[in-house]
Amino acid sequence: MAHDVQNQMRTKTEFEYTRRRSADEMRGQVTTFAIMIFLTLIAFTAVYADFSPNLVVPIILLLAVIQVIMQLYYFMHMSHKGHENAKFFLFSGAFVAFLTVLTFVTIIWW
Amino acid sequence: MDLNTKYTPQSWPQHAENSTLEGKNKFVGFWLFLGGETTLFASLFATYLALKNKGPEGMEFTTQELYQLPLVFIMTMLLLTSSLTSVYAMYHMKNYNFKAMQAWLMITVLLGAAFLGFEIYEFNHYVHEGFNYSQSAFSSSFFTLVGTHGLHVLIGLGWFILLMLRNSKRGLNLYNAPKYYIASLYWHFIDVVWVFIFTVVYLMGVAG
Amino acid sequence: MSSIAQKKGFGATLWDYLTTVDHKKIAILYLVTGGFFFIVGGIEAMLIRIQLAKPDNDFVSAGLYNEIITMHGTTMIFLAAMPLIFAFMNAVVPLQIGARDVAFPFLNSLGFWMFFFGGIFLNLSWFLGGAPDAGWTSYASLSLASPGHGIDFYALGLQISGGGTLIAGINFLVTIINMRAPGMTYMRMPLFTWSTFVASALILFAFPPLTVGLFLMIFDRMFDANFFDHTMGGNTVIWEHLFWIFGHPEVYILILPMFGVFSEIFATFSRKRLFGYSAMVFATVLIGFLGFMVWAHHMFTTGLGATANAIFAVATMAIAVPTGVKIFNWLLTMWGGSIKFTTAMLYAVAFIPMFVIGGVTGVMQASAPLDYQLHDSYFIVAHFHYVIVGGTVLGLLAGLHFYWPLMFNTMLDETLGKITFWLFLIGFNLTFFIQHFLGLLGMPRRVFTYGADQGWDLFNLISSFGAIFMAVAVTILLINIVKTIAQNKAVGRDPWGDGRTLEWAIPQPVPFYNFKQTPLVRGLDTFWIEKQEGNKEGMTYAEPVGDIHMPHNSFIPFVMAFGLFVGAFGALYNGEQAWAVPVLILGLLITFLSMGTRSLKDDLGYHIHKEDLMDKKGGKH
Repeated sequence: MAHDVQNQMRTKTEFEYTRRRSADEMRGQVTTFAIMIFLTLIAFTAVYADFSPNLVVPIILLLAVIQVIMQLYYFMHMSHKGHENAKFFLFSGAFVAFLTVLTFVTIIWW
Repeated sequence: MDLNTKYTPQSWPQHAENSTLEGKNKFVGFWLFLGGETTLFASLFATYLALKNKGPEGMEFTTQELYQLPLVFIMTMLLLTSSLTSVYAMYHMKNYNFKAMQAWLMITVLLGAAFLGFEIYEFNHYVHEGFNYSQSAFSSSFFTLVGTHGLHVLIGLGWFILLMLRNSKRGLNLYNAPKYYIASLYWHFIDVVWVFIFTVVYLMGVAG
Repeated sequence: MSSIAQKKGFGATLWDYLTTVDHKKIAILYLVTGGFFFIVGGIEAMLIRIQLAKPDNDFVSAGLYNEIITMHGTTMIFLAAMPLIFAFMNAVVPLQIGARDVAFPFLNSLGFWMFFFGGIFLNLSWFLGGAPDAGWTSYASLSLASPGHGIDFYALGLQISGGGTLIAGINFLVTIINMRAPGMTYMRMPLFTWSTFVASALILFAFPPLTVGLFLMIFDRMFDANFFDHTMGGNTVIWEHLFWIFGHPEVYILILPMFGVFSEIFATFSRKRLFGYSAMVFATVLIGFLGFMVWAHHMFTTGLGATANAIFAVATMAIAVPTGVKIFNWLLTMWGGSIKFTTAMLYAVAFIPMFVIGGVTGVMQASAPLDYQLHDSYFIVAHFHYVIVGGTVLGLLAGLHFYWPLMFNTMLDETLGKITFWLFLIGFNLTFFIQHFLGLLGMPRRVFTYGADQGWDLFNLISSFGAIFMAVAVTILLINIVKTIAQNKAVGRDPWGDGRTLEWAIPQPVPFYNFKQTPLVRGLDTFWIEKQEGNKEGMTYAEPVGDIHMPHNSFIPFVMAFGLFVGAFGALYNGEQAWAVPVLILGLLITFLSMGTRSLKDDLGYHIHKEDLMDKKGGKH
């Protein structure tokens, strides 16, 4: 296994292209951020508005899940190539996490 | 791997975080660690949900009376923003712009520290009201869950600061780029956990 | 570190082992430490059987008996079986996938030292006011009421060694994901590597809940929290859930790698390709997956309700399916093979019926109504000893004989090995088979004595008699090891003559960089393929001879783990001794400062130069 790095110099066009692409991506990240802030605002407003908990709780949970998925896929780049293992293990962890939480809200006696 | 290799933005690898074997190992290993952290926090969340509002006979503290949403809202905004600033830092790492990266990380650290300050204030406030760690099962589980998250924030801050100080003189190379990258992954994960904390603990606590 | 082999003094050797990051040496450390704790746990088992040999015995007091059974279980699971499994994983997996080391050599060493100090800490309880006495499951309602510091030693000791285990698990996962040699696709990985992979994934997800559970216990007992105290609103069932969310995957963590070892042994000594390789892989993964959905079958009698019990009962029974697939595949691997009955193969063959007995009684208990009868009786004791001794321990003994030449370049005596095998097998069945009936006759587990009029005398005596056989067997094994080390007769490469996988293709003694050139893997059982094609070197290479990058040795892992060890004493005596908090802080400071040193000091490793590789003796074939 070679430990040294293959260092290829990118051509100028290639370089400028990736530069532009990553600037585009960064703009996307800012949009993501704006959406996340917006979702947070909805969640807090929903609670302040004092709707029935049966309505509010599922909504804010859904908003949290959406926000977390955005965090994972965009901020943490899980949508990029080379994250297959990351996805597999994170979602396996999330599955165990789900089972654990489900258990503790259903079968601990009362 | 040679620390003295000089790069230009053009020769800097596109995926500096995993272009060496060490980098790849760190990258995969850290994602796996985050998978494990997920079950760690799930256990704490589950414990909290099981013990929410449970205390000795006649306990006066409930989630509805205790939590103050304005404070939580400010903390949420601080941490969410710090997540974005660390994305900016990684963007500049990609562009081999060391100064900008350090600057954005600095902002991230300040936001994180502000968050932590608010959290300490909040805890202190609760304790003064009599809602201390050994007051009830509810208080123990609340402080353990939110406190573990706070400890993660503290570790994250220490990690960023150490990295920034250590590399302030020598700039970016393929040895420290993966370190910066996984530190920022850690920071995002802290935010992920916080999203569930403000939803499940605070908002659901107030909503009922 | 110089690559020149020379006779080193004791001090230098000791320092080498204290600082090593070489997976082969860490394997030896795990083997020695795990072996030591295995003996300790075995002595505890003998004390239990002496106490129970006759009715109304007063060989040990009731309190001491509780400490002995708790420490027997805890030691055997956490301090003997797990590290011995890690010994084989460390020794074999990197060689099997064609890697020069694990992904994180430094963390590998840290994992070992954390296990080591955790184990020492736990066992120091014997000398510092009494061992834990609430059973290895340490159910909260019992352990919160336990006086003295026994449970504190349990919680803190397991916390430290559990951290080490988690580190080791992540390390093996990354090693297997990232460090496989060219051509070593997932579906060409030997079964031992596969089972290591799945077991490590289970470690990754199962140990954090244990960490949380132990922390809650530590906070409850030492820092006045109220998680389990129902007068303060706590709930004792939380501990049971957290413990078994960890505990059930844990038993698969113990058995899956042994399935891997047996798969290797069956294929090697049947001189046949493993039957149904892909089904074996699938079954391993499926067992790992299902292993997370069955934990509540340990809690059927807790009162979770009929629905929950039914769900967990069905899920539990489902595990019998992939396990059955494995059993049949092993049988069919032997079918028509040219079988060579070495000691390792004897263990493997004996394992099948033993494990099936344990598995069948497991399915019996999966049926919740019957479990109400069997729960906490000696039937359960018999069941889990059939799976853990009949599965894991037989696997460890088989692996010890099988991989000894790979680790030490010598071979354990086969005659003594076979004597050990027969004594152990007879003793094991004498001891535990009869316990099924003791359980059905109503003898509860964890009782320190019984009355002469209860009709359990004879069976208990037989059971204790069998334990003597096992003790003799282990003694002969130790003699065998001493004899082999004293004779020190080198056996060279591929000592079994029928090695199939990459680890046997490496020249012996294995050079510290493992592979001079990274091999190219051309199929399943790659060494076998090369041998069939008459390749004398045993490997096809994927690269020319070049510089090899190696990590530096480091003493930091030892110091880091030692800091936690010191800090644990502070936590233990919190609120009792004036020095407790300062010691806790001091310990954590040692740990964090050494972590800081590690991250501030660049450690880029070093290179072995091409020229040195060419004229080195170890590198020649």
